[in-house]
Amino acid sequence: MIAKLFLTLAAALLAALLFTPESFTEVFRPLTHNNAPPIYLQTSLLRLTLSHLALVGIAVTASTLVAVAGGVLVTRPAGREFLPLARTITSVGQTFPPVAVLALAVPAMGFGAGPTLVALFLYGLLPVFENTLTALSTLPPSVLEAARGMGLTRRQRLWQVELPLALPVILAGVRLTAVISLATATIGSTVAAKTLGEVIIAGLLSANPAFVVQGGLITGLLAILIYEAFQRLESWSAHRAGLIRPQ
Amino acid sequence: MIRLDHLSKLYSGRAVVEDVSLTVETGQIAALVGTSGSGKTTLLRMINRLVEPTKGRVWIGDTDAAKIEPHLLRRRIGYAIQGHGLFPHRTVGENIAIVPRLLGWREAEISARIDELMQLFDLDPAVYRDRLPHALSGGQQQRVGVARALAARPELLLMDEPFGALDPVIRAKAQDDLRAIQRQLGTTLVIVTHDMEEAIQLGDRIAVMDKGRLLQFAPPSEILTAPATPFVEALVGAAERPFRLLSLSTVDALREPGEAPGTPINPDTSLREALALCLWEGRAALPVSGGGIVTLAALQARAEGASR
Repeated sequence: MIAKLFLTLAAALLAALLFTPESFTEVFRPLTHNNAPPIYLQTSLLRLTLSHLALVGIAVTASTLVAVAGGVLVTRPAGREFLPLARTITSVGQTFPPVAVLALAVPAMGFGAGPTLVALFLYGLLPVFENTLTALSTLPPSVLEAARGMGLTRRQRLWQVELPLALPVILAGVRLTAVISLATATIGSTVAAKTLGEVIIAGLLSANPAFVVQGGLITGLLAILIYEAFQRLESWSAHRAGLIRPQ
Repeated sequence: MIRLDHLSKLYSGRAVVEDVSLTVETGQIAALVGTSGSGKTTLLRMINRLVEPTKGRVWIGDTDAAKIEPHLLRRRIGYAIQGHGLFPHRTVGENIAIVPRLLGWREAEISARIDELMQLFDLDPAVYRDRLPHALSGGQQQRVGVARALAARPELLLMDEPFGALDPVIRAKAQDDLRAIQRQLGTTLVIVTHDMEEAIQLGDRIAVMDKGRLLQFAPPSEILTAPATPFVEALVGAAERPFRLLSLSTVDALREPGEAPGTPINPDTSLREALALCLWEGRAALPVSGGGIVTLAALQARAEGASR
């Protein structure tokens, strides 16, 4: 109940910030010095948010597709030998700082959204890959045995049994990736990608904490709402997979 | 009919199943018994090629199993396992429909088959058809598992410890039901069990396996009275032998004319139960409903396996 109220408030606050930012002028004024503008107006917050979400959406979709495909590949008999390699790649992707990826990608791709997409893509592989791996290698053996014994082909077993049963755990991985990417995407604005990071960076450059708080607040609210949406999706898919008794 | 012809399975040079040949006639039940590691499950899994034989052939009717694509072969053979292996994300009806769907049956035909099987297994389709497996009891799940294995009317049904996870009361009922349904459908059945009691209860013939070899393949009465090796004898259990022998026949077989006091017993009662009743109530004879009696002396004579 309290959680629901909190979420509704978060959604309402986010909507208000995006659609009528001017109404918060007095709220942010105490954070400013020397009559600096309390609200970021160079680009509309709504447009920055949409572009931020689009970047994150594209990157998360790409890392999900690649990581799930990789997880499926290395759990097949023919792909088992690629498991250590795949683990190394995804771990390096996670540990290599996204800032360094940006620095390396800019000379090759130029400024803009490109380098940010690459950084987020690499950064997001690990959670989805590891969860896919865990999910696919811990499926109930009797179900897999029955599926084989009834004459489902390899492909049918994958699509009709393994992936549906693995879905809740894979979605948990996507949730982590989405939330991490949402926060990490802000640094994309250091190389001129249109993200909420632009507001934060503007705040840092002009020593205006009001901008920093605005950018951070919107990003944080988005993260909370997306996290919650994914959790609902996960429990829905777990119910559908017959893995949890409906309440 | 199914015929195993000199089947062997070697894992890195070690034989798990060694040169096993046996034939199960159409409509018969063969029970594969042995301790764990005896190779009985491997033998069963070679029939539907979940394990590929190293040597030897499997004949199902006139068909060489090695000549059919494994997944097509498996769709022709029912398969039920311990812990039932129902798809948790599919309803009871969808689970039963799996093999008919793979075989491309029409939807109306599949739907009728689901209802037919659920009624056969005493599950009301109106109540259970659209439930997920986790909403069923263990006994019900197991019945759905067997119904699913029978869905596409296979000529042959393979079962690997299908009742292993059930408690004794439900287990006995499941065995009776299976026997009745198997007789009704005329399906050939090969069942793996480690429980000699279950093998005697169900099997028309029992195959005793040890260390990958087939020690004896014979009707239950012969396994009991003429065990081929000391191992078979030990597996049968010397202390249990007379009672198991009695459990093979019903009171009807020993009915003789006469009169005895007390409530008549059903002619379908097993001789073992009749003996238990005689001993418990201290009586020399029991009346049988429909006329006649069964005497303690006759039961005793029937239990003397050694004198045969």
